Amino acid sequence: MSDTASPRTLYDKIWDSHVVDQQDDGNCLIYIDRHIIHEVTSPQAFEGLRMTGRKLRRPSAMIAVPDHNVPTTSDRATRVDDPQSQIQLETLEANCKEFGVDYIPMLDARQGIVHIVGPEQGFTLPGTTIVCGDSHTSTHGAFGALAFGIGTSEVEHVMATQTLILRRSKNMRVDVSGELGFGVTAKDIALAIIGAIGTAGGTGHVIEYTGSAIRGLSMEGRMTLCNMAIEAGARAGMVAADEKTFAYLQGRPKAPKGNTYEQAVAHWKTLQTDEGAHFDKEVFLKAEDIAPQVTWGTSPQDVLAVTDVVPNPEDMDDGNRKAATERALKYMGLEAGTPLVEIPIQKVFIGSCTNARIEDIREAAVIAKGRQVADGVEALVVPGSGLVKAQAEEEGLDKILTAAGFDWREPGCSMCLAMNADKLQPQERCASTSNRNFEGRQGPGGRTHLMSPAMAAAAAVTGYITDVRPMMKEQG
Amino acid sequence: MEKFTTIRSVAAPMPTINVDTDMIIPQQHLKTIKRTGLGKFAFSNLRYHADGSENEDFVLNKEPYRTAQILIAGDNFGCGSSREHAPWALTDFGLRVIIAPSFADIFFGNCFKNGLLPITLPQETVDKLMDDAGRGANAIMTVDLEKQEITGPDGGVVSFSIDPFRRHCLLNGLDDIGLTLEKADKISKFEETQKATQPWL
Ligand code: SF4
Repeated sequence: MSDTASPRTLYDKIWDSHVVDQQDDGNCLIYIDRHIIHEVTSPQAFEGLRMTGRKLRRPSAMIAVPDHNVPTTSDRATRVDDPQSQIQLETLEANCKEFGVDYIPMLDARQGIVHIVGPEQGFTLPGTTIVCGDSHTSTHGAFGALAFGIGTSEVEHVMATQTLILRRSKNMRVDVSGELGFGVTAKDIALAIIGAIGTAGGTGHVIEYTGSAIRGLSMEGRMTLCNMAIEAGARAGMVAADEKTFAYLQGRPKAPKGNTYEQAVAHWKTLQTDEGAHFDKEVFLKAEDIAPQVTWGTSPQDVLAVTDVVPNPEDMDDGNRKAATERALKYMGLEAGTPLVEIPIQKVFIGSCTNARIEDIREAAVIAKGRQVADGVEALVVPGSGLVKAQAEEEGLDKILTAAGFDWREPGCSMCLAMNADKLQPQERCASTSNRNFEGRQGPGGRTHLMSPAMAAAAAVTGYITDVRPMMKEQG
Repeated sequence: MEKFTTIRSVAAPMPTINVDTDMIIPQQHLKTIKRTGLGKFAFSNLRYHADGSENEDFVLNKEPYRTAQILIAGDNFGCGSSREHAPWALTDFGLRVIIAPSFADIFFGNCFKNGLLPITLPQETVDKLMDDAGRGANAIMTVDLEKQEITGPDGGVVSFSIDPFRRHCLLNGLDDIGLTLEKADKISKFEETQKATQPWL
């Protein structure tokens, strides 16, 4: 244990309170409070348990929901086209039944993307350790939890022991002060940070986001931000819990209730970084400096303000970077020097665990209202969960979007990683609110430009990458 | 898990930076419920053309690298998705060692669970090994985990260091779940304390 009298970071506090055992070599056995599973990374872990005759240590600490493979079409009750997807979905259900795990079926109103469902159900709580066989588990850090993605062997380890063998990460602080400009969102902060520190900038660290611009974000915005901590190389990102956090959690099905809720809030309030605590790395950004961001390449760090132009590899000194840029431009089919706003798009994807919460759908609807999706553009809106979908429909957002020519879908990961039928064709170019623009991520040969929901909606109606700000002014 | 001792093999150069796990094993091959048989899909979008034929420009399609057990790679190898299908695919393909200036955290951990040894070395050292690997059939290297040494084609030796616990597990082919289960009493004690102080969990 570290000296608890010296000032500690939020991460230190959560870590210290979860150490079950410490080995002499610095490896620790860390207790895991919450475990979320989905259909793609869990079957081999269950299989491992069966082969070794091991049991789940604490099934009540788990929830399961299918998301990666599920179709998003309205006829999904009757068919899943891909038999292999069908097998994965059935395997998850059968495993949950056999091992006694709380399972949310595809047709349940609560179904959705794991990282949207966890918080929505109040399963995600401040001060807890949360894992899932999925790198974007960092999302849950928005609640002041230590949440990170793990591989399938670790999924099995948590299933059997409710712990993980880990070494302490380093502390990193990313502070964003000031006020966001008009039309600039949490997604733009997330992308700007990655642009500043690179996709390996956070490797070996846990990021705590601080500063007035972060405090000013809604819970949805904080989830968007923490979601992309992994894209900056950090396994986890976190925002200390505050009144917004407590208000979000109150009354959620799995959150504490009554006296226990009060008791929990009192505890959660203590989970703040102490004055004078040490950070191994610190980065400071000004919110005013952040313009709407768009990626041009095949790594999330290939990002620029929408007002910028496609970079030139010749301007780069570092040989590896130059080679990577040349490769990215070739893959993306872009010429150096082209203004980003002159790049035409064919597909639009508004969805994923980064940007498929109610606030994101509202943002898109503001832009879509009274406009039309451009000719030749196909635009998809995939709510992050059945509950988001229901709320959006209650607010009439689906009507606004469909009237503008957007396709309104059932919840799931969808075109974020193209494991279901929603995918890009080779060379097709997409304005996407997801988190990865890797080669082939949205379908082999597909070209992805990451941006915020409002920016994606703007691209849908103009047919080009577009600076959303003037459109928002028009809208009033 | 298979024990890891010494690997002697040709080493393949792949200098690309930020090789992500989507590249190592694309999403269309994640629909399996098994850990085995993914080797044929390793790097599939790079290895094969759209019509299924081999891309002869891809390093692992060239002789003598087809049978390489050692990969010399660029910075930030294995970034992105947590999919353990990445090390499953690489080991099934035949790789046992990856040497790079840095690895993404999740991928790095996943390697050890699957008998795949990730070695982090300074950029200059990797650059040198990358050059060595470019020498085709002469690019034979030996990786000795016990001694924590790489011997290059010219007999030059490079030392590396691996977390002692992970090294121990790899050398002995140990299953860490079994080791952790020996601490079941400590886990139970932790749970009791937590239940008393944070009853909402
Ligand atoms: S929406 Fe995309 S990033 Fe999020 S969990 Fe699904 S596949 Fe992963």
